[in-house]
Amino acid sequence: MADAPILEVEDLRAVFGGGRRLLGAPRPSVKAVDGVSLAVRRGEVLGVVGESGCGKSTLGRTILGIQREAGGVIRLDGRVVSGLPPRAARRLRRDVQYVHQDAGAALDPWWSAGRSIEEALIVNGVGGADERRRRIDGVLSAVGLDLGVRRRYPHELSGGQLRRVTLARVLVLAPRVVILDEPTSGLDLSVQATVLGLLRDLRARLTLTYVFISHDLSVVRQMCERLAIMYLGRVVETGDTARIFEAPRHPYTRVLLAAAPRLVAGRVLDASAVLGEPPSPTAVPSGCAFRTRCPHAVARCADAVPVLEPSTGAGAVACHRWREI
Amino acid sequence: MTAGTALLAVEGLRVSIAADDGVARVLDHVDLAIPGGRVVGVVGESGCGKSTLARAILGILPRAARVESGRIAFAGEDLLRLDQRELTRRIRGREISFIPQDPYLALNPTFRVGTQLLEIMRWHASDGAADGARGRRARHRARLVELLRAVQLADPEQALERYPHQFSGGQRQRLLIAGALACRPRLVIADEPTTALDVTTQLQILKLLRDLAGDFGVSMLFVTHDFGVVAELCDEVMVMYAGQSVEAGATAEILDRPRHPYTQMLIACHPDRSSDLAGIPGVVPSPLAPPPGCRFHPRCPSARAVCAAARPASVADGGHAVACVLYG
Repeated sequence: MADAPILEVEDLRAVFGGGRRLLGAPRPSVKAVDGVSLAVRRGEVLGVVGESGCGKSTLGRTILGIQREAGGVIRLDGRVVSGLPPRAARRLRRDVQYVHQDAGAALDPWWSAGRSIEEALIVNGVGGADERRRRIDGVLSAVGLDLGVRRRYPHELSGGQLRRVTLARVLVLAPRVVILDEPTSGLDLSVQATVLGLLRDLRARLTLTYVFISHDLSVVRQMCERLAIMYLGRVVETGDTARIFEAPRHPYTRVLLAAAPRLVAGRVLDASAVLGEPPSPTAVPSGCAFRTRCPHAVARCADAVPVLEPSTGAGAVACHRWREI
Repeated sequence: MTAGTALLAVEGLRVSIAADDGVARVLDHVDLAIPGGRVVGVVGESGCGKSTLARAILGILPRAARVESGRIAFAGEDLLRLDQRELTRRIRGREISFIPQDPYLALNPTFRVGTQLLEIMRWHASDGAADGARGRRARHRARLVELLRAVQLADPEQALERYPHQFSGGQRQRLLIAGALACRPRLVIADEPTTALDVTTQLQILKLLRDLAGDFGVSMLFVTHDFGVVAELCDEVMVMYAGQSVEAGATAEILDRPRHPYTQMLIACHPDRSSDLAGIPGVVPSPLAPPPGCRFHPRCPSARAVCAAARPASVADGGHAVACVLYG
């Protein structure tokens, strides 16, 4: 690769809880992100995929800097931006912005859309009411909203319009990397298509890089060039989207792809590949976290955590047995 | 679709709900047929009336709702003619049962699971057997344990003694499925029962529902917004738009050869089918001021003047029915 990744994380960790209760009993800690290494290339859409509780949102929030990392390094343009308290971390990571998954909850119901967007500019010290007004008008038309939306309140807007406002609020800051957390969850199919089309269009026009967090495999297949599959806080497989869909290497990736509904009628449902349910994040199995549900697990899977190693076709897989299975 | 062979036949159902600022015509003209032993999906976007249809069949419409016209024939009997007492005693929970959307909300956190499931049977599965309350309770309990085994819940005996928070989302959905089957219904109505679940759990629940429909010989009405789930589970599907049924037929037929312009455009929005991600121009109309005639006509690329005049009658070709002037 000629150009360096725009964003890199190395052995990133984020931990919740832990410590003791007021009287005695220790609280179990949750390693929500447990040693994740990823490189995001300039201008690409990297999908982070997994089921609820796999740590994909926490990974996004840790990269952003609102969740402090418990270990590991984050590099933006080759510069280390980790190891700082949240306020300082956010200042250094201004080029990285985050779009919350619940557009309704992300906006203040008492504030007009225009004021919510302007707040982002004020917080970031973009001065001059005229300058801010000009920027807001520019970004509203970029996301395909009428300028009249500036004076509207969240309850007056549809789900699709709310998404556009939350996008506008982030894009007005001219970020380079946008973390999209489930950008279409809760949207109807027709609105989802419009929002995905808009995201694709904006990336090309504004030369953005996306980290696209989602559990919807049909959506990531359509939107992402590369994927990172997560299970219980760790990345189990990375690679080009097309390759992962054609030839998944990790047993969990296989299960996930097999379980995703497809638009093909009359397929015989085969649940035999899916064993049980994910264990609690407070009691992650030793060794490979997936071994308790893996049809290929052997004794050594319980002993050592498999590391992410290069597999064929520019991907990587964290499985002791990926060559044999 | 003929009503003759159907276990459930909804014909020309119109429902309105009185709101502060007018009357919302939430169901304008809905036809639906569920043949015995089949799994039928009702699919549409939010606000299309699919959940209202399910509630109308169960007789649990909100107080402000009024059925304007139509029939809901269940095993030949018009449910709209029965009063609430009769519905409770004979139909609801017993002949027609319900699996709710959110397994986290549907169980009371303060009671044991067994108490709650036995409550369903005490209400709806009472019979004239002479063994008294105690014997009935024992029989109900034995039946529940058998059902929990059928929904593949580990340790059924113990499960009855536990509280809802001790189960995962997928397990809770299994409990509710067991509850829905407890009184040997002929029709189970499920409203988005897998929406709150992860895909791997969803697959397990869909597989379970599919198997149980066969094993217990029940018909199922499956309300969903997800065409992928319809493809996996349903024999037949009915598509709704803004309170009107627009198209119905065998699932493969609808997915591969949709005829109504709305169905065609909606399926083309699915990321598995579309690479241009265009969406559907325009927005869903408000039920307070719906467009006249075919409610899709303001957004339809094939609309003509007649489309605004009257809702086109449903035309069936084999098992595939479509309500659109293009096929009149």
